[in-house]
Amino acid sequence: MGSVMQVVFDAASLGSLYALGALGIALIFGVMRLVNFAHGDVIAACVFVLLWPSVDAVAIVFAGNLPWFLLVPFVLAMGAALSVASEVVVFRRFRNANPATMMIASFALGFVIRYFLLMLYSSRPKSISLLPTLSQPVEIMGARIPLLQVITIVVTIGVLFGLTSFLRRTRFGLEMRAAAENFTMARVLGVRANRVIMGAFALSGALAAAIALILGSQTGTANIVMGANVMLMAFIATVIGGMGSLAGAVIAGFLLGAIAVVMQVILPPDARAFRDAFVYGAVILVLIFRPQGLLTARGTKERV
Amino acid sequence: MAPRTQRRSVALRTISTPLILAALLVAFALVAWASGSRPFNQTVIDIFLQVIFVVGLYVFVGNSGVISFGHIAFACLGGYVAAWTTIKPMMKGISMPGLPDWLMQLEIPFWAAALAGGAFAAFWALVFGAVLMRLSGIAASIATFAMLAMVNSIYSNWESVTAATSSVVGIPILRVLWPYLVAAILAVFAAWAYSISRHGLALRAARDEPTAAAASGIDIPRARLIAFVISGAIMGAGGALYAHSIGLVTPDTYYLGLTFTTLSMLVVGGMSSLSGAVLGVLILSSLIQALRWLEAGIDIGTTTFALPGGVQEIALGVVMIAILMFRPAGIMGNKELTWPTGRGNDKPGEPGETN
Repeated sequence: MGSVMQVVFDAASLGSLYALGALGIALIFGVMRLVNFAHGDVIAACVFVLLWPSVDAVAIVFAGNLPWFLLVPFVLAMGAALSVASEVVVFRRFRNANPATMMIASFALGFVIRYFLLMLYSSRPKSISLLPTLSQPVEIMGARIPLLQVITIVVTIGVLFGLTSFLRRTRFGLEMRAAAENFTMARVLGVRANRVIMGAFALSGALAAAIALILGSQTGTANIVMGANVMLMAFIATVIGGMGSLAGAVIAGFLLGAIAVVMQVILPPDARAFRDAFVYGAVILVLIFRPQGLLTARGTKERV
Repeated sequence: MAPRTQRRSVALRTISTPLILAALLVAFALVAWASGSRPFNQTVIDIFLQVIFVVGLYVFVGNSGVISFGHIAFACLGGYVAAWTTIKPMMKGISMPGLPDWLMQLEIPFWAAALAGGAFAAFWALVFGAVLMRLSGIAASIATFAMLAMVNSIYSNWESVTAATSSVVGIPILRVLWPYLVAAILAVFAAWAYSISRHGLALRAARDEPTAAAASGIDIPRARLIAFVISGAIMGAGGALYAHSIGLVTPDTYYLGLTFTTLSMLVVGGMSSLSGAVLGVLILSSLIQALRWLEAGIDIGTTTFALPGGVQEIALGVVMIAILMFRPAGIMGNKELTWPTGRGNDKPGEPGETN
């Protein structure tokens, strides 16, 4: 029982991470058809805002010393600010460009952010101790689970409920859904485009910061490429979920997490190193049968 | 579309483009040869390799209009083929003990390795492409990214065959210029031949007017697949030659960094133009060289002025974003380089132009 629960919790917490990432990408894709390749580098940047710029091997902790009730909002705000800044400086000028052009621009922006971090902090991974109390295990139904996993799952579920009610019940959420559905028509009907798009970027940046906090406390290192893997899985989740479908992205994120953890358990030890390759392979299989994704974007209308 | 009587001359009317580009490459080679400087020689080799990669990417991206982030994976496949087939059997036994016997004993010359790398990459392009080409534009782009990550993940972990993330050394290093020059010129001509072929024209039609093209009987996934396989073959051969130019391979040689450089060169030059692909390489390579030189530091009087590391990539990224903002079609747009005064220039319907 204990080991089964362990697997369930592993799957749920990894899936949460992917779902949060997929949500951040799908939100922006929904309002402006931008596939944001800079998302992973925003995640990495959110970890590095806790450190003072230096190329030394030892991290000089700066904002990381704040108590948690200040630290968490600080990182979330930084993520949102960076994401909004990328919209104002770069993506705003691509409003009328085709999606492929925007996608390459975001890829380039991601590289600029990454090498900016490299310039300030060097490419060596640095060990940081972020919210160390979270690594203590707690006992749930016979399984010893790190507290962080429980918090990750709880936070994700909270975010999902919060976001759903935000999109459903507030005026801003309504505008955002309208913009995602038909941007031109929404503008004609009085939705303020800039506000909606900046809102989507701020939400997406805050989600990236949440991932950064989880990853940072989980691995205890700050690395300029730390966002890349989550971002890739999040992308795959948005494709499998059906581009632009928030619900689909979340479901596919959890699904990917579950597949990855289950493969880790059932694959023979020799093949475990190839876990991610198997996950990508599974994705390709899904795409053979449902090239348009699990939920098509029209499904968002009723679901979120 | 040219009338039937003129069809034979399509090749003649457009051949000036690859000839001019080849002449440009030969001119670079001559300058390098005349200067006799070893580092400059190496720089020109890098430029030729980059020409192969960017032209290979152009064959798919330029003609289909689908952005691919995954083509460097084919270079990776080709590069490891070069490692498997050209390293001395004794050294292979140490670094890659899991190779099958026949491969372990094999030791072939570099050109054969490049061909084998191209064939191996083309085979996998066929396999991956059969799945990926079913997807639509953006989903296909993301899926190619997943393909790159998948290949990288396999090659970074398959200890016995690829030595995992450690470098595989002992690939015979080729320091002469001509093989790279010949390969780059061949790549340019292959890309040109494909783009004026029936399949290339069909694919460009599908890029510009998918509905009309499909209604005219073009099987779009199949047309894309053909381009994918050809470009995969060019990338594979380029990857093998790249391995020969530096003498070692690691999975991360062929990963995001190279993807970014290759894509930025194509974007800056102009995604739907073969001339743009080649010019993009020449222009951005010069920029990269200048920045590398500044990163290494230059002496002004008594103080050394050096840019911090990473500026090179940041500058590339900024140039790329600026080009996308102000000139989304790249420097060349949809145009090709042709003779300044020639018959048939700027004729509508000429291959190489959007129509």
